Amino acid sequence: MKVLRFILQKEFRQIFRDKSILVMMFAMPMIQLVVLPLAMDFDIKSINLSIVDNDHSSYSQKLVSKISSSGYFNIISVDPNYQQAIKHIEKEEADVVMEIPPNFERNLVRAGKQQLSVYADAINGTKAGIGSGYLNMVIADFNNEVDFNIQKINANNTNQGGAIEIRQRSWFNPLEEYKFNIVPAVLVLLLTLIGGFMTTLNIVREKEIGTIEQINVTPIKKWQFISGKLIPFWIIGMIIFTVGLGVCSFVYDIYPKGSLWLLYAFAFIYLIAVLGLGLLISTYSDNQVQAMFVAFFFMMIFMLMSGFFTATDSMPHWARVFSNLTPVTHFVKVVRMIILKSSGFSDVKMEFLYLIGFAGLLNGWAIWNYKKTS
Amino acid sequence: MDQEKVIICKNLTKRFGDFTAVNEISFDITKGEIFGFLGANGAGKTTAMRILCGLSFPTSGEATVAGYDVYKQQEQIKKNIGYMSQKFSLYENLTILENIEFFGGVYGLERKEIKRRTEKLIDTLGLQKEAKKMVGELPLGWKQKLAFSVAIFHQPKIVFLDEPTGGVDPVTRRQFWDMIYEAAASGITIFVTTHYMDEAEYCNRISVMVDGKVEALDSPRNLKEKHQVTTMDEVFYLLARGAKRSDN
Repeated sequence: MKVLRFILQKEFRQIFRDKSILVMMFAMPMIQLVVLPLAMDFDIKSINLSIVDNDHSSYSQKLVSKISSSGYFNIISVDPNYQQAIKHIEKEEADVVMEIPPNFERNLVRAGKQQLSVYADAINGTKAGIGSGYLNMVIADFNNEVDFNIQKINANNTNQGGAIEIRQRSWFNPLEEYKFNIVPAVLVLLLTLIGGFMTTLNIVREKEIGTIEQINVTPIKKWQFISGKLIPFWIIGMIIFTVGLGVCSFVYDIYPKGSLWLLYAFAFIYLIAVLGLGLLISTYSDNQVQAMFVAFFFMMIFMLMSGFFTATDSMPHWARVFSNLTPVTHFVKVVRMIILKSSGFSDVKMEFLYLIGFAGLLNGWAIWNYKKTS
Repeated sequence: MDQEKVIICKNLTKRFGDFTAVNEISFDITKGEIFGFLGANGAGKTTAMRILCGLSFPTSGEATVAGYDVYKQQEQIKKNIGYMSQKFSLYENLTILENIEFFGGVYGLERKEIKRRTEKLIDTLGLQKEAKKMVGELPLGWKQKLAFSVAIFHQPKIVFLDEPTGGVDPVTRRQFWDMIYEAAASGITIFVTTHYMDEAEYCNRISVMVDGKVEALDSPRNLKEKHQVTTMDEVFYLLARGAKRSDN
């Protein structure tokens, strides 16, 4: 223990002496937490729409006014034909074109059905997808009203179009605000970055400048050296986590609904696991460039596979298996559950075990692979 | 000779694949001796030294350092030696005092003892003013003297010096060797590699490595007599010119 104290003293001195790293460690999280969730707003509000009305009937007028009053669309033009309307998409002025065919009203009243064409600019896939989705909803709504009218007119037409009505309610995030989804995830990302990158670079740097050889020739024990590297970053990670939670509540009004203790217990174990990963990478890399590349590779996988952006449940089976093999997946899930859903320990028991497993495995592997004598 | 042998080396060999870096070298080193370990670049000096320091496993042969086996007791060896590598290896972003404190602590010295020895060391080196400066700001010569002092701070039985005076001016080199003599007088065995033949003259005994083998081993005087030359330069040239290997 005495030796460990000397090592910790040295590590803290070095960490706090490097001002650029210090700024990066504390300013980066704040900036990321404040800027990223705002920029990553997936709620799409202003979809530019071009309309081609070939019918000029009262029904087509009604549909257009319904769309424009929905609040999601900017009607940028009403064009006489499809060729002109599609030009707006080509020039990136419009995201979606809707074409109302001739005899729209007549067919609706007489035959009870009519097709509409919607063209979306799929280069911006999300906007196009969500835009045409909204448009479908508005049209479906319009459809119900029309069906109702037709039923009154044609009593013998038993179209059940409006019989089942769906009322949707979103639990744990009633207004479906994107921030509830993304802010806890960004917090996790931060811990992962600090834990994964900082330790890796720190140890590999000692390799590069050659001081690690001087360490290896001393009677220092492996666990002492590794604890000396882990503990400072572990403490810094916990501080950053605390500051991050503060930002969540002050900037975004997101207060953890569940137990703070449980949240901290998870952060505690999770940090040990990612620090272990950093350590492991550093034992396999000889210089900072190598280490950065490998760490980056893992970060990309973590970001894209962990349910950070896309729900892991909708991944193909193999991807879900893969996703479960990264500690980030479990932590993202748990943080969302505890913060938004107030889940208790029994709900997240499995995740806890997973994380303990990762922490043990990664650190064990790192200690095994760190050799004082080669 | 009933003097204590602190390093015993017998047919020590290290191979990397089919390249034999160190080829069956054998020698004994006595306590308090200054042992010069000479050889051209790539002759295998650093590899041999790393084995004796417990940083690298030998492929075959036997060796004990301070009475401990280089295969099994590396951590015991490490407690009893000091090492100064070719690369400068104190922490440049720590002060002189902090470096001394750290390495003292790592070798298990008590804080009080560290403080006592540090004061004495700073006095001897005349570094009172610089004690709180970052090591990175010191001139190279001072850095090397400091690195040597740190390597013997825990009073090891043996200290290994890998080209300690590379790039250092002649005056500082002279001072450096005064420090080495002083350490040897206090009973520390010195194992030193160098490319400066004037430094070789300061050693009690010298071995010259050529292509992984020890080609000669004797006092500088005996070596010169044997080869009928007047300087170590010439001895080295005669032995090493047959070398087939060089760096890279």
